[in-house]
Amino acid sequence: MAYVSIADRDHEIEHHDDPQTFVAKYVWSQDHKVIAIQYGGLAILIGLFGMVLSSMFRLQLGFPDTFDFINPENYYQFVTLHGMIMVVYLLTALFLGGFGNYLIPLQVGSRDMVFPFMNMLSVWVYALSVVILMASFFVPGGATGAGWTLYPPQAISPGTPGVDLGIVLMLVSLAVFIVAFTMGGLNYVTTVLQARCRGMTLMRMPLSVWGIFMATILGLLAFPALLVSAIMMLLDKLIGTSFFMPAMMAAGEVTEYGGGSPVLFQHLFWFFGHPEVYIVALPAFGIVSDLLSVHARKNIFGYRMMVWAILAIGGLSFIVWAHHMYVSGMNPYFGFFFATTTLIIAVPTALKVYNWVLTLWQGNIHLRVPMLFAIGFIFTFTHGGLTGLFLGNVTIDLPLSDTYFVVAHFHMVMGVSPVLVVFGAIYHWYPKMTGRMYNETLGKWHFWLTFLGTYSLYLPMHYIGFLGVPRRYFAMGNTDFMPDSAITLNTSMTISALIIAATQLIFLYNIIVSLKKGEKAGGNPWKATSLEWLTPDTPPKHGNWGHDLPVVHRWAYDYAVPGAPDDYTPQTVPADEVPVGRDHGVDH
Amino acid sequence: MSEAAVTSSGDVLPDGTKGFVEDFSADKQAFQVPWGKAMMWIFLLSDTFIFSIFLVSYMKVRMSTTDPWPNPSIVFGLEVGGVSVPLLLIAIMTFILITSSGTMALAVNMGYRKDKKKTFWLMVATAALGASFVGMQAFEWTKLISEGVRPWGNPFGAAQFGSSFFMITGFHGMHVSAGVIYLLVVANRVRTGFYERRGNNYEIVEVAGLYWHFVDLVWVFIFALFYLW
Repeated sequence: MAYVSIADRDHEIEHHDDPQTFVAKYVWSQDHKVIAIQYGGLAILIGLFGMVLSSMFRLQLGFPDTFDFINPENYYQFVTLHGMIMVVYLLTALFLGGFGNYLIPLQVGSRDMVFPFMNMLSVWVYALSVVILMASFFVPGGATGAGWTLYPPQAISPGTPGVDLGIVLMLVSLAVFIVAFTMGGLNYVTTVLQARCRGMTLMRMPLSVWGIFMATILGLLAFPALLVSAIMMLLDKLIGTSFFMPAMMAAGEVTEYGGGSPVLFQHLFWFFGHPEVYIVALPAFGIVSDLLSVHARKNIFGYRMMVWAILAIGGLSFIVWAHHMYVSGMNPYFGFFFATTTLIIAVPTALKVYNWVLTLWQGNIHLRVPMLFAIGFIFTFTHGGLTGLFLGNVTIDLPLSDTYFVVAHFHMVMGVSPVLVVFGAIYHWYPKMTGRMYNETLGKWHFWLTFLGTYSLYLPMHYIGFLGVPRRYFAMGNTDFMPDSAITLNTSMTISALIIAATQLIFLYNIIVSLKKGEKAGGNPWKATSLEWLTPDTPPKHGNWGHDLPVVHRWAYDYAVPGAPDDYTPQTVPADEVPVGRDHGVDH
Repeated sequence: MSEAAVTSSGDVLPDGTKGFVEDFSADKQAFQVPWGKAMMWIFLLSDTFIFSIFLVSYMKVRMSTTDPWPNPSIVFGLEVGGVSVPLLLIAIMTFILITSSGTMALAVNMGYRKDKKKTFWLMVATAALGASFVGMQAFEWTKLISEGVRPWGNPFGAAQFGSSFFMITGFHGMHVSAGVIYLLVVANRVRTGFYERRGNNYEIVEVAGLYWHFVDLVWVFIFALFYLW
């Protein structure tokens, strides 16, 4: 029997009974949209916790010697857990588990992910990893304070906070997270490759799907490095092997370890860690392309180049990792190689930035909240990308390494930028997910306070980094090279951080109250072309498309096509009814 | 391309290199295979990275340790009638595992011929060979442990020898054990006619087979890089 693709199968074969009970509908749900909201909700909750952690250590930095409840030990725990939570448990889970789950089946015209049961397992295993992570705060010794990079030998040597159980739970939680991610990730990739509707070629997919798709592939190939290094560090810690541990003294005593390689861990960690940057960035790239195009009423500029840039960035991201290790001790030729690849990756990335800006050029720009966040992203991302050019060069990196310049750089490029896209995306798809509109005024307040707040937080941070203020210090004390202005700036940065943190309450208030009080949105409030806006019900029901799957005839960016009756032409409109706006490519 | 390619929604696709890309990225699905098979390939790609990183890490610690590395052909030798035969047990284990790939391939073939009985028995044979591999691995572990080899040290030389040995063969052994269970579950479903009722479709046998061949292939690399080197 020849294999029949989903789009060509008889509907009756594919029909499953809709779940009826509350538990089947909202708890053990296999519907990708419910799973997406579970993933996203949990990720946002844990992200808020990560934000509170950052406020705590910012208090210490801004007002040293003021707060008794922050001692050096839990300062390190806060910094460590803030980093790990934001990168892995918030952004990775939210972009891939949350938006990936929600958008992939809807935007490629599928009824669900290919293996819904595994998808459900994914979210609950993710929840388990979060529980294990949180548990580490309550064990003797507390959570690990090794820094989010968890470098051995220090991570598992006496003197580091959480050296007993904290680090063990951290590593176990990461391993469990990777299992959860793998189950979800296999689903996302297979769904994109194998479960598209009729007419949905890969080169007609919205860029959101492309970004999430490539990021998931990166995740499936990069997380193994983290998994293996977590296993090896657990063995080092628990049964005394020496994979990463050299012969050394710790707390005045000779340890049992010997012959291991700490630099091996750094290589493995960054072989995961650098692609991880793009696991977070590529979905943001994709989503922001869609937001800009929809709200500028213009097709995305250079769609094909955007797709190839995503693929190129994905490929290159695997051969740049050692630029995180210029000061770790490396053959200078390696430094040369990794600096070169690092600067090459700026080419496709810059290409994307140009294309975003050119999409806005002469567009009919609607400055609605999602658009504000998308434009804000272009600013912060360009900013963070430019400082990346400094740090990618070995000679410039050496004096800047381990200063606040690095902290400012990666917060701009992979903290603030993706988070702005997250907010933009939540506002953009909120009407589809809930059927109601958010409050526009509150949304604008949220944007401006967050956007300007991050600048007032991170611009001074570049400056104190240039002064040479080292990161990860609990208190600066009286050091000669640090002028008073640096101390003052720290105080102002803390105040900015607290304002940004408080601003997120506006966001929470807005999305929660609008669930009940928001205006009815209708199926397609933005007059957008991609498939998720064309579902028969809003919010879409189980199975997404009612009786028949959609049939696609054009790419997702037919805005303001000359000769078309509306300024947008949905992907399902045949080419002989309305001309296709694309200048080259599939449709002539 | 003699005729212009057309999507299933009736749109004409371009020629040339663009057409090549369009052809690969044609609508509905990129590969003409069932979902399970596509997903298994992607999973195996991810798993390849796991084992590669295990092996690369082993090579790195073998370089970084200052103690001499034990000679595997002596450590893994067996005494047969007073003569020490290097790598005897490992050779038998490797032979058995590769044989099991053969029976698995036959099972896949029989599955496509809808021969329920032969598919079932060949899968059981594969699982039995896999189980005997794990059994011999347990024997090997017992022998080494009784000789004083531990993950944190051993009497023959560098501590990393034992660490890498137990970690890599343990992780591989877990894969084989999981594969045995997987094969038995699928074999049982073949026997009870589960797939017969679902359109007489035995593609899952091939998907299980992909996993099994992968596990065998990984063993070849472990054998070459850990035991022979």
